Amino acid sequence: MDALLLQILNGLDKGSAYALIALGLTLIFGTLGVVNFAHGALFMIGAFVAVTVQRVLSLSYETVDPSQKDFLGNPLKVKTPYVESWFGPETGGMIIDWSVPIAIVFAIPIMVSVGFIMERGLIKYFYKRPHADQILVTFGLAIVLQEVVKYFYGANPIQTPAPDALNGVANVGAAFGMDIVYPVWRIVYFFFSVTIIAAIFSFLRFTTFGMVVRAGMADRETVGLLGINIDRRFTIMFGVAAAVAGLAGVMYTPINPPNYHMGMDFLVLSFVVVVVGGMGSLPGAVLAGFLLGILESFASTTWATTTLPGINQIIIYLVAIVVLLTRPRGLMGLKGVMED
Amino acid sequence: MFGLDKRDTGVLIIVTLLALFAPIILNPFPTDSAMAQFNAGYPDLMQKFVIFGIFAIGFNILFGLTGYLSFGHAAFLGIGSYSCVWMFKLLGYNVIPGIVLSILISGLFALLIGFVSLRRSGIYFSILTLAFAQMCFALAYSVLSNPRFNLTNGETGLQVYANDPQWFHRDGLPDLPHLFGLSMRATQKIQVGAWEFQLNAGYYMCAIVMLICFYLAIRIFRSPFGMMLRAVKSNQQRMNYTGLNSRPYTLAAFVISGMYAGLAGGLLSAVDPLAGAERMQWTASGEVVLMTILGGAGTLIGPVLGAGFIKYFENIFSKINDNVLHSWFAFLPDGLEDFMVFIIHPFIGKGWHLTLGILFMLVVIYLPGGLVEGGQRVLGWFRKRSAKPDAKAGKTEPAE
Repeated sequence: MDALLLQILNGLDKGSAYALIALGLTLIFGTLGVVNFAHGALFMIGAFVAVTVQRVLSLSYETVDPSQKDFLGNPLKVKTPYVESWFGPETGGMIIDWSVPIAIVFAIPIMVSVGFIMERGLIKYFYKRPHADQILVTFGLAIVLQEVVKYFYGANPIQTPAPDALNGVANVGAAFGMDIVYPVWRIVYFFFSVTIIAAIFSFLRFTTFGMVVRAGMADRETVGLLGINIDRRFTIMFGVAAAVAGLAGVMYTPINPPNYHMGMDFLVLSFVVVVVGGMGSLPGAVLAGFLLGILESFASTTWATTTLPGINQIIIYLVAIVVLLTRPRGLMGLKGVMED
Repeated sequence: MFGLDKRDTGVLIIVTLLALFAPIILNPFPTDSAMAQFNAGYPDLMQKFVIFGIFAIGFNILFGLTGYLSFGHAAFLGIGSYSCVWMFKLLGYNVIPGIVLSILISGLFALLIGFVSLRRSGIYFSILTLAFAQMCFALAYSVLSNPRFNLTNGETGLQVYANDPQWFHRDGLPDLPHLFGLSMRATQKIQVGAWEFQLNAGYYMCAIVMLICFYLAIRIFRSPFGMMLRAVKSNQQRMNYTGLNSRPYTLAAFVISGMYAGLAGGLLSAVDPLAGAERMQWTASGEVVLMTILGGAGTLIGPVLGAGFIKYFENIFSKINDNVLHSWFAFLPDGLEDFMVFIIHPFIGKGWHLTLGILFMLVVIYLPGGLVEGGQRVLGWFRKRSAKPDAKAGKTEPAE
């Protein structure tokens, strides 16, 4: 029983990353009808926003401290981060420690503007072109973004630790009288993604803006004929989708040190998730994300890998193939949306 | 000639001449000159040109004719490589059985994967092929290399060891891939003045195979079968409404292009008997997509051009470093020189992928027909200028 719950937890944190990326992909596909191969790159940019924020916060100046000597007897140079000198060592230290959560604040405007620029500058011109062209141009863009990041941050993974308070492990099962020890940050990640998903859904459900967007997803032309500037709203939705991917990336950094090709690694799987969930179906994307995450974690148990070696590597693809062949519109896809 | 019309014969002859004289054409700079690093006429690179040319020609038969964008073609390349090395391990270093088997096995896999994937089209087809290829990659990388059943040798890559059976290996034969005794590494160096040209046996074998493939591709393009595939691309629905089942045609195209990819993989192993799983990764599939689009999808010569272009820049562009740049811009004043080097630096050396990505985007955005269309446009522009010298330059042609 403990092992079962542990596998579910394992699946939930990977699943939340899939769900967030797939949600953004589906938002873009549902609103703009564009297959965005650069979405993984947005996830990666989000992660590097966290890296940058951490680096900026720990920018420091050197002072010579005559009271301390190094082993050669020279006065020791001491590095003091600017934040610590401004806010005092206590608060400053805490700000640096909490740099990943703080990065969220910066990531939202950055990612939204990246999304705007991408949509207005490039994707806008591809609405009328075939899906293959959209895939190709966004694939090219993904390569470019990835290489730019590689140029500035190098090719090695960059350690970006979570705040100390959230860095340890906790016994999740204690409340149920079980013994399940699990990293705190992964639990935080799960709740964070649930919050984001809930926010997106309620935004679409309960605001006028969201209502118009949903109407536009159902019938773009009619909404346009009613005198609503649907293009602008869709652009904003693209920005929102970019922000969702970016936030998923920011929060993922302590789990997996970011490197420049993490986006590509996630992209393939997220596409599979979107297809399994159903192109254009938001609940489908979320459901499939968590489902596949959990499935993958169950397939990685020792029992599964000894019975069927390699099942953990291919389970997601197998599921995708079966779903595509038996139910082409995906688990929760709408009838008639991209079914052939 | 060979059942081709005049224009195609011309193209074939040009490609033949280019392939035969490649070691000379690609070595335009004397060996000792500063420009010698731009020479591409060494065997390794030339072999890659023609092998990836074959790969791209095959991909083009699928994508260029039917419009089905496969994102998993590298799987067949990898399967071909593995089959070929297995033949080396079992039978000996003669390349013929290896290449034949690589074509057969990859054809078989293409039949299976194609049968399933072609039930869907558009983006779903891309994702399905991608899923299959990633599955092949994951299996080859991990599971199929367990000690009890070691088919791929995992991370190390499959290679020939001294204790392999090699039933037909005799003492007189070279200990490297060979064609009835002619080693693939055999290289004849010819000195002409300051130039040195390397004629390599492996290259010429690959080039001849490439020419055969190219000829077959022309025949496919011009055949009724090719016409049918084009019809699938332009409007599959209408095809189906006329009562024609288009799936056998697309499946045939898929299998043919899978066999081309397998052949390319087999040749890769034939010139260098080592097969690794990374050849099957989806980035490798992306590369052949880049080649085909960059050169011009749906054209005969485009994919070959694209493959040559990308492989050339991958090998040569990445060799340019800051020192070379400094020597180029040495004529500029100091500050300006450093500035130019600073500007260009991100795009060269390790950053050449950035250049490739930008180039690829520009091609997709402005030149959907690839380099071939670019060439045609430039030619058309020149022709118009010479025909009507007083006509306004850049005047657009009437719509087709």
